[in-house]
Amino acid sequence: MLGWELPPHNSGGLGVACYHLSRALAQKGAQIDFVLPYTAEHPGVDFMTVHNATSLEPEMGVHLGSYDSSYVTELDMKEVDAGDLSTMRAVQKHYVTFVEQLVKKVQPDVIHAHDWLTMEAGVRAKELTGAPLVVHVHATEFDRSGEHYGNPIVHEIEQMALDMADRIIAVSNITKAIIVERYGIPADLVEVVHNAIDLESFEPYEYDQRDYRYFEALRKEGHLVVATITRFTVQKGLTHLMRAAARACEKYDKFVFLFAGDGEQRDELISLAAQYGISDKVYFTGFVRGKQWRDVYSVADVFVMSSVSEPFGLTALEAAHHDSALIISKQSGVGEILDNILRYDYWDTDRLADQLVGIALSPSLATTLRRNIRDEYARISWKDVADKCVSLYNRVHEGVAA
Amino acid sequence: MSKGLTLYLHVHQPYRVRPYSVFDIGEQHAYFDQKDDSDLNNEKVFLKVADKSYWPMVTLLQKLLDTHGGFKLSLSITGDFIEQAESWSPDLLEAFKRLVATGRVEIVAETYYHSLAFFYNEQEFDAQVAAHRRKINELFDVTPTAFRNTELAYNDDLAKWAEKAGYRAILAEGWDTVLDWRSPNYVYRPLGTDSIGLLLKNYRLSDDLAFRFSDKAWNEYPLTAEKYVNWAAQDTEGSLVNLFMDFETFGEHQWADTGIFAFFEGFVGEWLERGNTFYTVTEAVTQHEAAGELSMPDTVTWADSERDLSAWTGNAMQQEALKYVYELQNDVLRSFDDSLIRDWRLLQSSDHFYYMATKWEHDGDVHKYFSPYDSPYDAFLHYINAIRDVRLRLMRHYNLGGLSPAETASKEEAAS
Repeated sequence: MLGWELPPHNSGGLGVACYHLSRALAQKGAQIDFVLPYTAEHPGVDFMTVHNATSLEPEMGVHLGSYDSSYVTELDMKEVDAGDLSTMRAVQKHYVTFVEQLVKKVQPDVIHAHDWLTMEAGVRAKELTGAPLVVHVHATEFDRSGEHYGNPIVHEIEQMALDMADRIIAVSNITKAIIVERYGIPADLVEVVHNAIDLESFEPYEYDQRDYRYFEALRKEGHLVVATITRFTVQKGLTHLMRAAARACEKYDKFVFLFAGDGEQRDELISLAAQYGISDKVYFTGFVRGKQWRDVYSVADVFVMSSVSEPFGLTALEAAHHDSALIISKQSGVGEILDNILRYDYWDTDRLADQLVGIALSPSLATTLRRNIRDEYARISWKDVADKCVSLYNRVHEGVAA
Repeated sequence: MSKGLTLYLHVHQPYRVRPYSVFDIGEQHAYFDQKDDSDLNNEKVFLKVADKSYWPMVTLLQKLLDTHGGFKLSLSITGDFIEQAESWSPDLLEAFKRLVATGRVEIVAETYYHSLAFFYNEQEFDAQVAAHRRKINELFDVTPTAFRNTELAYNDDLAKWAEKAGYRAILAEGWDTVLDWRSPNYVYRPLGTDSIGLLLKNYRLSDDLAFRFSDKAWNEYPLTAEKYVNWAAQDTEGSLVNLFMDFETFGEHQWADTGIFAFFEGFVGEWLERGNTFYTVTEAVTQHEAAGELSMPDTVTWADSERDLSAWTGNAMQQEALKYVYELQNDVLRSFDDSLIRDWRLLQSSDHFYYMATKWEHDGDVHKYFSPYDSPYDAFLHYINAIRDVRLRLMRHYNLGGLSPAETASKEEAAS
């Protein structure tokens, strides 16, 4: 298993997904060698062998712009200066070399590589061992770059690996469509396996209403708290969300919008709120973690996922767990597995505004959404994800042997 | 022993509410005029179903009536359907008139607007039944003698009402829980009535056509006319077989390529050839003695596995929507504003509430099939916005002395 991060040293959903998938696979009897680009302790990871490709600290390896692929300038690994470990390509070069050595010692039955970060290593491992390569796509360069084109070098890395893969896993139909249409991969090579949510990882806790006291006070006065938790990047569609917020406020006064997170678009969003004249209704929390992060879900009446392109979107399931009503853009993969949500096209700000006002004015709509989503999300389990992967491994293995 | 078959088909198309947003409220009042390519475009849907179902089935029925003197059937046609046909396919209405003119097609009474008004407001219910009666009379020159309530929603009180209103027959679902050991293949006398006859839908045989006909996983697939005639004639107790279903079963729920039309033609011929009979619903109750008294204190409908009103009233959104629409009655009626009254009545169609159902587990697929919306929540949102607009129109009507905003504006201008 070729990954880039594992909790607690993760900066996003990829690490969480890799952790739960690996654990569920191990519980089904899979023996996993998991390669990371950094060295660190991973408490609780005793179900697989973790390999460290470099001696870098996790913050170096992980936060080296793994979600910001725009700094990648060399396609050919040979041109990469491996001595300078401050660049993404250099870390990737070390990662590939490490994997080359590893597969000399351990012959894999299947190589499972996650996203463009590890794709080259996956392809090398396949070349060296002849083992089938499964490429698991959590996000493509198109997703990471929002409405822009993205980095052509990263596109090329993705293209090469997708062409070489024996089978591809896409985390949603949206992602599958991108792989088929934009990378020209035959549809029957791409299987959709949606992510899941692990309820055990949410320890029971008492919501103490302390972190967001102001919002709780407003709620008591009849305000509706609308929240989103995300990185403030183009991909997340937040400028559209802000526009919708302004439109909703034209029709209903008692809204509070909580933008939790941080990112390159923060200043733009702040000035946009001012421009729309709703600054007093919009709150920016900055980067949140732990309890502050969790309590955003608790204080939210409505959780909005406004992404322009979201392969999956685990935060929506987390919000559902905390009893929020969900509004999810049709461009977010998580919406494919949920019935009890409101959907809109990310650019359709009037529609989103209409939905927000609708929830604010109709207690029965809010109640029905919240009650029904709770019954729904809890049925989605990592065990089912692992079952689908094992079935795919078996088929791809036979395919290669034959 | 020969048997009598009562075939009753329900003809209806709702006026679906378009994506009507909070930004439309007060701006424009056209709730039903979606003009895109979606299934919310009522004209588009009507013409599509006319093509697939109404025309081929009406043509086939005409042919069967012309060929077999013994063939008869009953139809209920809602006001919503008639108005849509008048707008978009007047020829189709003429074709229905020709069916009725044979004298062997009975028109069954119901509410004009396909509403559940009986359960919310009896005065409004009476008004809608009367409106339907007038329309049927004007169009087909007949006066109905049998009654069916929207969605076959029936209870003892409805039977008493229908008897008092002069109907000789009334229709209901033949649901096992109510029938217990009794067969649906007899005429019954509703509890507390003297003369009206109750006909019960044989839902197994009806659903064999309506739901299972094209189901390849069904162990009786493919269903042949001969096999079906055998079931209807031999395998059931009693002297009547009541087949009640949507008219759109033929061609729309079961497409032409499933063979449903050929099947139906074959079935009618085979049924008569073996010495059996067709009845219209009123004939069925007048030519058969009631086998006994039957009580249905709780409302029974023909939808979902529960066969109660939960398909329309099961969740909080549906209850809120129903409450809001019926609350407006007095204000709407005393406005004497025809377009307001019409819109309010179109908003009472049971279809709107059906689309808001959130029963995913058991009957979710059926609801999804019939719903033109992405989700029940969308259905609710658009509907509630339309209700809010009706409220705003009422406010303007009463606060502004009945003037439209434009008139008020010009008046203010003149005053200043």
